Amino acid sequence: MNKVLMSGNNIIGEAAIRAGCRFYAGYPITPQNELTEYMAEHMRNVEGGIFIQSESEIAAINMIAGASAAGLRVMTSSSSPGISLKQEGISSMAACELPGIIVNIMRGGPGLGNIRPSQGDYFQATRGGGHGDYRTIVLAPASCQELGDLTMSAFDLADKYRNPVMILADGMMGQMMEPVIFKKPKPRVYSKKFMLQGAGTGKSKFIRGLLLDPIDSEEHNWKLARKYEVVSKNEPRHEEYKIDDAQMVIVAYGTAARIAKGAIKRLRNNGLNVGLFRPITLWPFPELQLRALAAKVKKYLVFEMSTGQMLDDVRLALQGYADIEFHGRPGGAVPTPAELANVIARVYDKND
Amino acid sequence: MLVKTIFSGFGGQGVLMMGVSLANSGMNEGYHVTYLPAYGAEMRGGTANCTIAIGDEEIASPVASEPNYLVVMNSPSLFTFQNKVTSGGTIFLNSSIINDRPNRRDVKVVCIPCADIAQELGNIKVANIIMMGAYIKISGVVSPDIYLKSLESIMGSKKKSLAEINRKAFAAGFDYVKD
Repeated sequence: MNKVLMSGNNIIGEAAIRAGCRFYAGYPITPQNELTEYMAEHMRNVEGGIFIQSESEIAAINMIAGASAAGLRVMTSSSSPGISLKQEGISSMAACELPGIIVNIMRGGPGLGNIRPSQGDYFQATRGGGHGDYRTIVLAPASCQELGDLTMSAFDLADKYRNPVMILADGMMGQMMEPVIFKKPKPRVYSKKFMLQGAGTGKSKFIRGLLLDPIDSEEHNWKLARKYEVVSKNEPRHEEYKIDDAQMVIVAYGTAARIAKGAIKRLRNNGLNVGLFRPITLWPFPELQLRALAAKVKKYLVFEMSTGQMLDDVRLALQGYADIEFHGRPGGAVPTPAELANVIARVYDKND
Repeated sequence: MLVKTIFSGFGGQGVLMMGVSLANSGMNEGYHVTYLPAYGAEMRGGTANCTIAIGDEEIASPVASEPNYLVVMNSPSLFTFQNKVTSGGTIFLNSSIINDRPNRRDVKVVCIPCADIAQELGNIKVANIIMMGAYIKISGVVSPDIYLKSLESIMGSKKKSLAEINRKAFAAGFDYVKD
């Protein structure tokens, strides 16, 4: 397979179609428009492919819930304010155990905010976002190649756990072009018994989120919780970069992690031994993996394009075993590697 | 090696095309590349710009706070970006329509009357490729052959005659720059 130069938004679309996504519904919003546009153009070229530009974000999420119940691989996408609108639908999909992919190309918030890259939706993504006791698996790519790879694995994870999966990237990742090689997707493993395929196709099935009997509902909640426990155990993914001799470790994901890598290169040229811990799954957060690192490295700096959200998860993971500093640029501001390097250098030798 | 370039001009001047073609040829040379367009409420006749990073290592940030090269196709772009260029860097400007000159003395300035050359060639649309000829000759980021091949493969689905005029335009820009 050849290397091609594509924008992040287009890569998600292409990877989804290759992974067998046959139903996409979406409503335009910058900076993810190119994904909707790509699906509009390319979904019609694959057999059984359905593209719908819905009348709203709420309609889109409910359309993919329906198509998912019917057994299709489904996806919707939006950017921060639009993702807020989808939350009720995501909660319903989690309740009904419907697989589906939700792409959030984050922009500055809160409110309508702006259209610049940001990471302010971490809490919303990793804490469920909608109402009720549920979780979504959250994947955070940091390069266009990873956008392609993780989009494909998102579909596998969604089917495996029958749960919505969110791809959390930002405006920079969506707009940027980088070379990508599309890998061969794995064949789909998803039992027909979960699909609604009309009368005469097996036993009748209930797919519903309304459970009026509290005991039934409690049992359903515990069932979901047991599933989330399995996910938490099996699926955390992360990347370590120049950890071996590190005196200090930066924790960052997505675009922030790229900037951190640039900063680390500069710092190492000046003799400062800094490494990077990059969560690839934000939920489940690679908690035990980070805690294990605390046996070796005692100083951390969390860097996010927000006022400090993943910071909470890092604190929970490190449980007071190490010192944690924070640097954030919220609201759509993107710092340079040089700026971050200065911030890190300032706290590198600091003793509390 | 890490080379960052900002291309800027009016929407419609082929500014983003310059960036895409350079990024593609960087990729085909085997380098790491990123292409980042300015995005938002853009329109024809408005401003457009993009940033290309080409390096032999993974590229950390696709943003250029201090680009090595700046290519400006109109005056507003010159004023917006001239002070960003790193000391010792190079500014390429479309001297057919930009009467102003950079007020910095620590950067090299290359003036290419690309709109005039394009008109001589009989197609104003290739002004951007003429500029690319000059840019590739001076920067040497990628080889001219790879650039032309990459350009052809991007334009692939379009008319064959385009390939020929693009080649001519590229050569005109390339040769305009004296060694």
